[in-house]
Amino acid sequence: MTVGQGNRSGWNRRDWIKGVGAGGAGLALGPLALGQAFAQKPITIGMIYVGPKDDFGYNQSHYEAAMALKGMPGVKIVGEENVPETQAVQKTMQGMISQDGATLLFPTSFGYFNPHILEVAKRNPDVRFSHCGGLWDAAKHPKSVGSFFGYIDECQYLNGVIAGHMTKSKKIGFIAAKPIPQVLRNINAFTLGAKSVKPDITCSVIFTGDWSMPVKEAEATNSLADQGVDVFTMHVDGPKVIVETAARRGKFVCGYHASQAKLAPNAYLTGAEWNWVTPYKQILEAAQTGKPHPNFMRGGLKEGYVKTSPYGSMVPEGARKQADAVKAAMLKDEFEIFKGELKDNTGKVIIPKGTVMKQTDVALEGMNYLVEGVIGKI
Amino acid sequence: MSADVSLWGDVALAVLGGAIRVGTPFLFVSLGECLTEKSGRINLGLEGVLVLSAMTGFAGSYLTGSAWLGVLAAAFVGALLAMLHGLLCSLRGVNDIATGIALMLLGAGLAFYLGKPLIQPQAAQLPALEWGAWSDSPQVQAALRINALFPIGVLLAIFMAWALANTRWGLIVRMAGDSSDAARALGYSVNGVRIWATTAGGFLAGIGGASLSLYYPGSWNEGLSSGQGLIAVALVIFARWRPLACLGAALLFGGAGALGPALQSVGIGWGYHLFNAMPYALTLLILIWTCSPKRSLQGAPMELGVSR
Amino acid sequence: MSAPAAPSASTSGWVTLFDNVALPVMALAGSLLFFGGFVWLGGASPVEAWALLFKGAFGDAFSWQNTLQRAAPLMLTALCVALPQRAGLMVIGGEGALVLGGLACAGLPYLFAVPDNLMGTLMVLLASAMAGAAWIALAGALRQYRGVNETISSLLLSYLAIGLFKHGVEGPMRDPASLNKPSTQPLSEGVLLGLIPGYEVHWGLVIGVVACVAAGLWLHGSTHGFATRVVGGNARAARLVGLPSHRLIITACALGGAGAGLAGGIEVAAVHTSANASLIVGLGYTGILVSFVARHNPWAIVPVAILFGGFGAAGSLLQRRLDLPDASVLVLQGFAFVLILAAEAWRGRLGDWLQTRAAMAPATPGHETSRQRLQREAIRAIRQNKEAA
Repeated sequence: MTVGQGNRSGWNRRDWIKGVGAGGAGLALGPLALGQAFAQKPITIGMIYVGPKDDFGYNQSHYEAAMALKGMPGVKIVGEENVPETQAVQKTMQGMISQDGATLLFPTSFGYFNPHILEVAKRNPDVRFSHCGGLWDAAKHPKSVGSFFGYIDECQYLNGVIAGHMTKSKKIGFIAAKPIPQVLRNINAFTLGAKSVKPDITCSVIFTGDWSMPVKEAEATNSLADQGVDVFTMHVDGPKVIVETAARRGKFVCGYHASQAKLAPNAYLTGAEWNWVTPYKQILEAAQTGKPHPNFMRGGLKEGYVKTSPYGSMVPEGARKQADAVKAAMLKDEFEIFKGELKDNTGKVIIPKGTVMKQTDVALEGMNYLVEGVIGKI
Repeated sequence: MSADVSLWGDVALAVLGGAIRVGTPFLFVSLGECLTEKSGRINLGLEGVLVLSAMTGFAGSYLTGSAWLGVLAAAFVGALLAMLHGLLCSLRGVNDIATGIALMLLGAGLAFYLGKPLIQPQAAQLPALEWGAWSDSPQVQAALRINALFPIGVLLAIFMAWALANTRWGLIVRMAGDSSDAARALGYSVNGVRIWATTAGGFLAGIGGASLSLYYPGSWNEGLSSGQGLIAVALVIFARWRPLACLGAALLFGGAGALGPALQSVGIGWGYHLFNAMPYALTLLILIWTCSPKRSLQGAPMELGVSR
Repeated sequence: MSAPAAPSASTSGWVTLFDNVALPVMALAGSLLFFGGFVWLGGASPVEAWALLFKGAFGDAFSWQNTLQRAAPLMLTALCVALPQRAGLMVIGGEGALVLGGLACAGLPYLFAVPDNLMGTLMVLLASAMAGAAWIALAGALRQYRGVNETISSLLLSYLAIGLFKHGVEGPMRDPASLNKPSTQPLSEGVLLGLIPGYEVHWGLVIGVVACVAAGLWLHGSTHGFATRVVGGNARAARLVGLPSHRLIITACALGGAGAGLAGGIEVAAVHTSANASLIVGLGYTGILVSFVARHNPWAIVPVAILFGGFGAAGSLLQRRLDLPDASVLVLQGFAFVLILAAEAWRGRLGDWLQTRAAMAPATPGHETSRQRLQREAIRAIRQNKEAA
């Protein structure tokens, strides 16, 4: 059960998460040791998840980061999961503020931002809100609200490079929930990465319609596998089903959100993972030391907001070399994914020759096209 | 057969494969509901039974390492929850439908509550039967890779059809459903028969739940069932309470559910929400077409409050 | 459900009170006990759980407002079950009516310019009520004219409605500016439903209470409502008497659907400001529960909805303080529902028992009149007959 960790034998989820959290905390602790020296003010942090916190996916990535913070002195965490994007989350946030004394909230689902966070922020001007993925705008939104997000499409590009090497049928597949910009960006990055290895690779996309639909996701995986797709990746809340189904069909899979390597060690090539503990620590430090609340935080591999999973044993040396080379360039800010000439899959030119869109370009957060080579429609 | 089967052939194959994959839980749940309704009771709580037994099956397989023990555990728990339904409904003044909805909530609540630790782990899965091994085409092989429970379900459907028509037990069940007075006159307790039939129905539905979590999609998750238990009730009406027709209906529904992703995988992506809603639209259309206020639904057990 | 046999004058009031109040209360107490046991098995303290339940639901001003806020839509979606039930139909498709109501509310400005004031609010809410009414009336019509079982058809229609809703919101009606969360164009400021001044609860609560009170008045105080109840009680008798059953039933369905549609419209106008997938959170299904616990009486729906709102509000606190999973509220609701249904079986038994006792013992020993003796024997015979059935 959830309470009383000694009750269940042979179940080491909590230990595993604690291990990851400790590791993460250890890694990130170094640069912040100085900050911690004079930041012992006790603080209660409220975490709000839209789904279960151990879904091997999005919610889990936030949970792990929260657990990393929990180990720090003076930090208390209260959390609620499965909070729908309705009035309920406003009440949850208010409850955390009024009843638990939280002064820093992390509502992690995209749909919490407007209007819910904004409403609660209006009524609680002393509380800081850090939203994942929202488009904070200085002109419209209060300073106590901020948003952070990671350029995980960089990791999806690297996924694509590996996929490009590993695919024999030159068909790769992407199972997505909804055609929103964050998802489209991942699809495009994955495809571009694969095409950089073999330019005639095609990527088939299936939209399931919602963030968590296990039967549809399994069905989509099987359909694509029937079509000859042999490397998969995805953007859904809980990638577990897709990873397992693809593995059962004998195909390869690249993970997303968190590492699903343990689920299918013989099929897991590499993965695109969040490293939320980086922005979390910065936000916490600002809160504890009284510095202004960071309003707009974005980062990729270089800033440590995202990371890649270790390569599976089946990934050959040549693939690793190429991916590592690209990664090194990304870490030096010398690699651009979206640059001209870029056509979408209807033939229209989106980015003209010679133009480069840097990762920080806000226009990318409004992406509404699929690049050439993607089979699918928005 | 080679990789250049025509586009529509691909879709057809995918739908066939999906029909069996997705249809297996439908099959077991509808057989269970068929049995229950034949005895004159309607059990809407099968949705809760499905979810709870899916979780139990997964837990059983995870804890013991054997998928079949998981199936057994799932069936057992399904029977228990359905028995609760039967017992509640046998009390005077209790409404069948209300109880069903109550059990749907209770079953789902218990499943989500107890299943929290099971979202992450993996459990031993049911074996697959490779009925497509004769073909070179991976599509055919995949389509004909059958859940080991599916042939059991088919045999069960045949057995149930035969037993309801030809055995004494089948007759008693049908009597309780068609004319409770006649059953009572013969000395059988109508309530007792219905409770038994409901429990057995829950046992079957439990197997269907195990199929969800131990074969396809093969994982425990709170979004596992999207109303399959409730659709099974509609399925049974569609199949006119005949077990063999339940088999056909289950395949039809499984195929309809697989159509959306199959079309998308060949590039037809418009309106996937509408495709997702297709099985429900199909059921409704069929119900509208085949029902009529003038005569009662042919084949409906008389005691069931479904025909007016 | 059988009506209680008429007891003698002195006990009738108490018996009805027992049946209608004490039984559900005992059932609820029982479900709390079960829940406590459940929680204890999981390693937490049941006493703490009960205390948190109370605190989270009714403990302070914040909790109260949380509870009332959650109760508001439930009152309306419960009407979607209660009103058709009084006409004899069992409709459970409130969720579909709710989403379509929300879509209509957000979609009206697409058709023509809605005035940016209270008039506009009324117009969008009316649109949402009409959309919901049409959908459930469809289920009723299918039942009346095609003989399709309304429980199943309303359920299927509900799934269809959700599919249509998602398609509309993410496709043709999508606001291009709503990038990462597909929604319709937001309603303009003046059309939105605001908070009740001084409180953190929006006007939807008032609309819900008013709707339930009005529904109750209609049902019990008007000829039309009475006719509907006759149709619901005994369809054949109603037909014999010449009541237009079809029209009455479909009207009842339309009214119930209007309630659910209105709930959807209020969610859009007061909470989300546009229609999107956050509307689909099971408010319709919880409404079914509320209606049953309230025995489909619109006046009882208000307190029951508040109770269920309280459960939801408390669930938050249970998660944060005791680390219980969010599903604990579902479990509590499930227990409550099951026990309340079981309590139904005891309805009327107290009245019977008291009556039999009163009849068995003659008023003055040795002076039993022949009428009393006849009465006593008749009651005994009826009881034996009932037990044999």
